[in-house]
Amino acid sequence: MTLAAPDSAAGATGADRALQALDALAGNPAALKGLTLRARSGPVRDLILKALPGPIIRLHNGMGHEALHGGLDLAQTLSAGRTVHRPGLLARQGWFVLSMAERLPPDLTALLCQALDSGHLAPLIVLDEGAENDERAPAALTERLAFFAEIDAESYTTPRSATPDLTRANTDLRATATEQDVAALTALAARFGIDSLRAPIFALRAAQSLACRAGRDQVLPDDISAAAALTYPHRATQIPQEDPPEESPPDQDETPPPPDTPDAPGEDQSETELPDTLLIDAVQAALPPDMLALLQSSAGRSAGHGSGAGQKRKGNRRGRPLPSRRKRLTGQDRIDLTATLRAAAPWQRLRRNMESDQAANKRLAIWPSDIHVKRYEDRSDRLLIFAVDASGSAALARLGEAKGAVELLLGEAYASRDHVSLIAFRGEGADLLLPPTRSLVQTKRRLAELPGGGGTPLAAALKCVGETAEHAQRHGLTPAIALLTDGRANIALDGAANRAQAQEDALHMARWLRGLNLPGCVLDVGRRTHGPLAELASVLGARYVALPRADATAMQSVLKDTLG
Amino acid sequence: MPNFPFSAIVGQDAMKLAMVLTAIEPRLGGVLVFGDRGTGKSTAVRALAALLPPITAVKTCPINAETPDAVPDWAEVTTTETETRPTPVIDLPLGVTEDRVTGALDIERALVQGEKAFQPGLLAQANRGYLYIDEVNLLEDHIVDLLLDVAQSGENVVERDGLSIRHAARFVLVGSGNPEEGELRPQLLDRFGLSVEVRSPTDIEERIDVIRRRDAFESDPDAFLADWGPKDAEIRDKILAARSALGSTETPEDTLRDAAQLCVTLGADGLRGELTLLRAGRALAAYEGAPAMTRDHVRRVAPIALAHRLRRDPLDEAGSTTRVQRTVAEVLG
Repeated sequence: MTLAAPDSAAGATGADRALQALDALAGNPAALKGLTLRARSGPVRDLILKALPGPIIRLHNGMGHEALHGGLDLAQTLSAGRTVHRPGLLARQGWFVLSMAERLPPDLTALLCQALDSGHLAPLIVLDEGAENDERAPAALTERLAFFAEIDAESYTTPRSATPDLTRANTDLRATATEQDVAALTALAARFGIDSLRAPIFALRAAQSLACRAGRDQVLPDDISAAAALTYPHRATQIPQEDPPEESPPDQDETPPPPDTPDAPGEDQSETELPDTLLIDAVQAALPPDMLALLQSSAGRSAGHGSGAGQKRKGNRRGRPLPSRRKRLTGQDRIDLTATLRAAAPWQRLRRNMESDQAANKRLAIWPSDIHVKRYEDRSDRLLIFAVDASGSAALARLGEAKGAVELLLGEAYASRDHVSLIAFRGEGADLLLPPTRSLVQTKRRLAELPGGGGTPLAAALKCVGETAEHAQRHGLTPAIALLTDGRANIALDGAANRAQAQEDALHMARWLRGLNLPGCVLDVGRRTHGPLAELASVLGARYVALPRADATAMQSVLKDTLG
Repeated sequence: MPNFPFSAIVGQDAMKLAMVLTAIEPRLGGVLVFGDRGTGKSTAVRALAALLPPITAVKTCPINAETPDAVPDWAEVTTTETETRPTPVIDLPLGVTEDRVTGALDIERALVQGEKAFQPGLLAQANRGYLYIDEVNLLEDHIVDLLLDVAQSGENVVERDGLSIRHAARFVLVGSGNPEEGELRPQLLDRFGLSVEVRSPTDIEERIDVIRRRDAFESDPDAFLADWGPKDAEIRDKILAARSALGSTETPEDTLRDAAQLCVTLGADGLRGELTLLRAGRALAAYEGAPAMTRDHVRRVAPIALAHRLRRDPLDEAGSTTRVQRTVAEVLG
C-alpha cells in the first residue's frame, strides 16, 4: 500500500493535531468525550499533557468497580470502627487521564464505556502507549471518544501551534452548521468506510466547537475539514478511490454528491460548500501510513473470555479455589470470611484489652491485617496456531485436505473454547492470515480464500509461528502449534530459492521455536514421507505424523491426540 | 440527558419490532441484537424503556415488588405504600463479579454493625424491567451460566456466606454484541426469544437523517422531545392496548400447524422455537389490532424468532436469516 506522504503537505504533526483536538475538547467535553493519544512517553507527549489544566484525575489499569464508583473502604472502616466510604473517581470533575490503555483489561473497558455513555468521565485522555501495531487501546473505548492523534516516535518535533488555553469551555456551544455541512461529513464518513454513526456526530460537534473556539458563530469550511481530520482517520476502513467522476461510484459503496445541494455537482461549488476532494485530502493527510496493515491486525482482535485448556494462571475471582491468603483489599477480591475470622480469633482478648471504650468491647475486633482473600486458579485460553503449507509442492489436492482438517479442528476448538490463528506459507514468505481469534466465521472465510502454489518457505513459516506464539503468550494465551506441510523447504529465510539453505534455515528456526517450549505436531502431508521433516519435528520437539493418504478426519484425530 | 425518543430512531425496523414485541409479551424471553458498534443498539433499548409506562412498586423495595406480599422478608421494608417508578433498565457490564450480579453479604453492615444482611445485586434491580448486556458474547462463562439459570427459573437463589436468600428476578434480557469478536454459546443463544442483526444504514440519505436527528436532539432536547413525544405516546398506547388484547387474541389451529411445520422443516432444535414463534406472532397480531393470529403474522416474525435457533454448523457463515426466509417462502407460500 502506498500513500503519497501527505504529512508534510498538510504541515500538521501528530502533536499539532493533539493540541487542536484538546482545544476542541475543552470547548465541549460533554459531546466530544475525549482523545486517544497514541504515543510513547517522551518530551512531546509531556508537553501536550502539560497543557491540561488541573485538576487531573489519573486512571490506571488496575482499578476496579469501587475505585471508579466509590464504595466502602474496608481497611479504613475496620481500623476506624465506623463506616468509611471512599468516593469514586467518577464523581470528580476535571481531566481524566488513563495511561497504558493498550493493556486495559476488558472488564475495566466495559466499566469505562458505561461511564462514558452515561455522561461521566469526560473529558478523557486515553494514553495508548502500545509499541507495536497489535497493541492498541480497546476499540470499544476509542470508538466512544471523538479524537485520535498519534505522535510518531521518530519525529520528535515540537508542535508548531501554540498551546491553547484549555481552561475555558465554550460559552455558546453551538456554532451553526448548515445542512450541507452535515451532509458532507456524513458522505465523507461513508467514503472512508466508517460504519459507525458516532463518527459524523463527533465530527459535526468538533467543527462547531472549533468554530466557537475561534470566536465565530458560523461553522466555516476550515472547521469542517479540521474536524474531519481529527475524527475520521483512525476510524477509516478504506481509502477512497482516486476521486472518480461523480457519476460513476467507485464500487458498491455509493458516494453520491452531498445531497440537498441545489446546484449540480461538479464544477460550480458554492462558496460555503467544501469541495469533496479537499475534505478527503484533509483526512488522508492524517491517515496513518500503515492503515491497511492495522486494519488486518485489529480485525480479528478479540477480548474473549472463558476457561480454556491452556496453562494455569492465578486469578482472584474464578476457577478452582486455592487456599486464601492475607492481602490488602483492592475492591475486586472476595473476602474469605471464615479465614478472616480464624485469623482474628486468637487476638480477641488482647485487642479487647487495648480498646478503651466499652461499646467496642462487645464487638469482634477485626483488624485490616486479618483479612484473607479468596484466590482461585483458572486456566488460560489455549491458542491453536495452524501453519498451513500452501506451496505448489504440497499439491493442491492436499491443500484441500489440510483445509478440511483445519475446519474440523475449528469445530473442536469451538467446543473447547480455544482461540485459533492461521498462518499460510507459500511463494516467498509466510502470512499471518488470521491473528488469534475465536471468530470461526472469519477463520473459515480466510481459509476458503487461501490460494495455493509457489515455493515452500518453511523457515519463514516457523518464524511467523514463533512470533505469533510469543505475542500470544504475552497476552496470557497458551499456544500450541499444528504444522501442516510436506517439508520440502526450498525458499530460504531471505527469500532466495536455495534448497540447502532453506533446509538449514528451517532447522535454525525450529531450534529457536523449541526454546519457546510449545506443544505441537507436524503433519507430513506429502505424497511420500520425507526424512528431513521428521528431523525437523524432533528438533521442534513436536510429534511427527506421516499421513501420506490422509483425509481430513484422520488428520483431526491425530491433532486431537497430540494436543489433547 | 433525557433518552432519545424511540420513534425517532431511523430505520432498524426489525430491531424496533423485536423490542416492541418483548414489551408486549415479556414471556418471549428477550432480544439479542447483533451488529457493529454505533448502530444505535443501546439507544434503542433505553428509548424503549423510557417509552414504557412506569411500574407500580412498593416504596423502597429493592426488587420492585408490585404488592407488599411480594416484598421479600430480608428487604426489611416497613411500608406498604406503593409508588410509581420508571421501568428499570439495568446495565450489566463485562467483568462484573458474581457478587454484584446475584447480591451478596452486605460487608459494610456485617463488619460495622455485626449484622448478617443481604445486599441485593443487579438481578434484584432488574426485576420487572430490562437487563441490558452490551458485548454479551464476551461475557465470562460463569456469569452466563448464572444468568441462564435465573432467566429460566425467574428466581435468584443466593446460598453463600451463610446467607440463604431467594427473590423474584423476572426481567427481559437484552443482549448486544458483535459476532466478529466472538461466538455466543448455543445455550445462551437459545435463551433469547428473538434475535436481530443490525447494520449501519448504507444509504447516505438515511445516514444523514440519523445525524440530523441526533444533532437536533442534542442541540435542543426539549424541543425534539416535544416533536416526537406524541409519536412515542402513540406507540406506548398501542403497546398497552396490545398487552390487554393479548389474552383475547385467538390462535387458530391452522396457524399453529403452520408454525410447527415451519420449525420442522427448518430443523430448529427443541420446542422453544414453536413457542416463541407463537408468542411473537400473537403479540404482533395484538399490536396490529388483529382479532386472530394469521399466517402473515407467522411469516413476519419467523426470521427474528427462528434465525438463531437453527442447528447450525459453527462454521456456517451463510446468514441463517436468509435460510429462514427461504423456508418460510417454501412452507407458507
